[in-house]
Amino acid sequence: MGQFNHKDLLGIGQLSEEDIELVLDTAESLKVISARDIKKVPTLRGKSIVHFFYEPSTRTRTSFEIAAKRLSADTVSLSASTSSMVKGETLIDTARNLQAMNPDLIVLRHSSTGAPHILAREVPASIINAGDGINEHPTQALLDLFTIRERKGKIRGLKVAIIGDIAHSRVARSDILGLTKMGAQVTVAGPPTMIPVGMETLGVTVVMDPHEAVKGKDVIMLLRIQLERQSAKIFPGIREYARYFGLDRKLVSRAKKDVIVMHPGPINRGVEIIPDVADGPSSVILDQVSNGVAVRMALLYLLIGGKQSVDLD
Amino acid sequence: MSTWIRGGELVAPQKGTSEQSDLIIERGRISRIVPHGTFQGQVSQLKVIDAAGKLVVPGLIDMHVHLREPGEEYKESIATGAKAAVAGGFTSIACMPNTSPPNDCRSVTEFIVRRAEEAGLARVYPIGSITMGQQGKVLTEFGDLKEAGAVGISEDGYSVVDSELMRRALEYADYHGLAVICHCEDRGLSEGGVMHEGVVSTKIGLPGIPAAAEEIMVFRDIALARLTGTPVHIAHVSTKGSVALIRMAKEEGVSVTAETAPHYFTLDHNAVIGYDTRTKVNPPLRTEEDVQAIKQGLSEGVIDVIATDHAPHSPIEKDLEFDRAAFGMIGLETALPLILSLVREGRIGMVDAIRKITCNPASILGIPGGSLEEGARADLALIDPNVEFTMTEGDFHSKSRNSPFIGMPLRGRNTLTMIGGKIVWQANGTHPGR
Repeated sequence: MGQFNHKDLLGIGQLSEEDIELVLDTAESLKVISARDIKKVPTLRGKSIVHFFYEPSTRTRTSFEIAAKRLSADTVSLSASTSSMVKGETLIDTARNLQAMNPDLIVLRHSSTGAPHILAREVPASIINAGDGINEHPTQALLDLFTIRERKGKIRGLKVAIIGDIAHSRVARSDILGLTKMGAQVTVAGPPTMIPVGMETLGVTVVMDPHEAVKGKDVIMLLRIQLERQSAKIFPGIREYARYFGLDRKLVSRAKKDVIVMHPGPINRGVEIIPDVADGPSSVILDQVSNGVAVRMALLYLLIGGKQSVDLD
Repeated sequence: MSTWIRGGELVAPQKGTSEQSDLIIERGRISRIVPHGTFQGQVSQLKVIDAAGKLVVPGLIDMHVHLREPGEEYKESIATGAKAAVAGGFTSIACMPNTSPPNDCRSVTEFIVRRAEEAGLARVYPIGSITMGQQGKVLTEFGDLKEAGAVGISEDGYSVVDSELMRRALEYADYHGLAVICHCEDRGLSEGGVMHEGVVSTKIGLPGIPAAAEEIMVFRDIALARLTGTPVHIAHVSTKGSVALIRMAKEEGVSVTAETAPHYFTLDHNAVIGYDTRTKVNPPLRTEEDVQAIKQGLSEGVIDVIATDHAPHSPIEKDLEFDRAAFGMIGLETALPLILSLVREGRIGMVDAIRKITCNPASILGIPGGSLEEGARADLALIDPNVEFTMTEGDFHSKSRNSPFIGMPLRGRNTLTMIGGKIVWQANGTHPGR
């Protein structure tokens, strides 16, 4: 197995194609642990991990917790309301205080772009970016790549459409970086107010019409419409969004027959996705959640697992 | 004792000449300027300053600085800002009103004037705010501000949103002979943005401020200058579109002048990659195309002035997440080498470059200085145009360290600053005061 020569995972941008392959291969071998009766191996015994979530999260946080526990690491959770942030402590001071307790790894979710980069500069512990502002959400992209590879057997050459609020989505940015790096062809679609300037420079095709976007695609990825954006003048309302961009059966039928439909969750039923489709045969939304645990186990292992191999017996 | 500045290259921006000359300074004024080699003085009765290999220029004038006093003395004080100024070669600086409290009345203006006098370094010219408390509702008392020592008015940090109020401010300022300096920013468009909106903001996931946020207000203020006949001065121009608008206005004969800052012709938005908050500034660092347009504007004379927008911030405002950090960078001690680098590039002649930091701002603000001629006040700087150096955090005289130019190779540095005939700063680090 290759080497993962990174102290931190701050974004997909820092990873090479080989790095990504390594993460996916490692995740594949670790996935079996979650299917066992006794879902625990001693690989990270004695390691401590801090889950530091400045922003609310259910899925990502639980997924990291479970991943760490299955590898026998000790975990502590902090959220914005329980951290000193509410007492006015800066991120850098919080980081230094956490470091004084000598954790091996810190998982950070933060509303500010670049926050995990600050942490990575300040502390010797490994940092995993669990979502920063509108920038990146690299573990989501890796679990998406894992799910695609598992279902399609490959990533290179696949045609992928990403639909939704591209401008304000860290999932979209990481997925785009990962998919293009792995050789997929990416098309993005959404209302013009949700497509950032210079999108093409990231190596994707931009189309406005979702019917055009999904045509002949192997994968359709949807993004969560953040209802709070409505007040930020980004779109007039969810009814209109659902009508023009909501994924229904008719839209799905324009893609390839064996298309898979993905969503990072939590889904707004009836807005970006019609329940029929969310629960239908092409949906792999729950596979993504299961795979999230395996991918995060792989990252924890690669970042702080040292030289020891995972004991799968 | 009189002073003999011997053998330097004298750059006289108003005459438009640059030639090797000697200066004799008596009682705080330049008494004689003669070709080098023609003056025969009694060396024992003169203080001789050897300026061979140096440029002798009028004391530089920075018409846009933030001194943070009153209210935020932990970032900068009038004394430390004035010290940074003379170290950088500046003998006169105009300070913006966004202090705490803002400079919106006589007492604050008088306080600034008094503190500057106590500091005894650079000459400090206060700029008053356009509206009370910079709230954009009620005009300040322009006449009273002027009597107290203000030379201009500006809402710097904001635009006056209400165009009717801005129109009246222009009309009223004209009556009192105050320069009007416009910070051009449409807050509706810039709200939430932390860097230039473009391919880099898309790539690194930061909310953007479009160029149009600046250009809309540049256009409005030009339209109001046309309507009222009052001159307007556009602060910190950063976009290609703004340069084009100002060029058109000037061609049409509208009374408009403009400034840019060294960072807008030195750095572009790629500098933000890595989320270094020292690159966070308002208006934001733009694209390479904008940088080229700014240089073109400087070379054509569309942009009249280079001002630093020296904006000190402490680690309290800067050691934060990028979107939470304050906008602004210090500039007084790095401006000169960056400007000289434009000259070396051939984008602008030496005399022209010096004009933009001496006589041009002096004439816009209506303040003395900015010239080297017999009879003029002896405010001047001696520049070594070829010395190479880098700034480290410890090298700054400013209280703050928020400069993206730390560690960057720089060339050309002030070696001596004289105000009213007295040496107030020398390269060995002494600043004896006026």
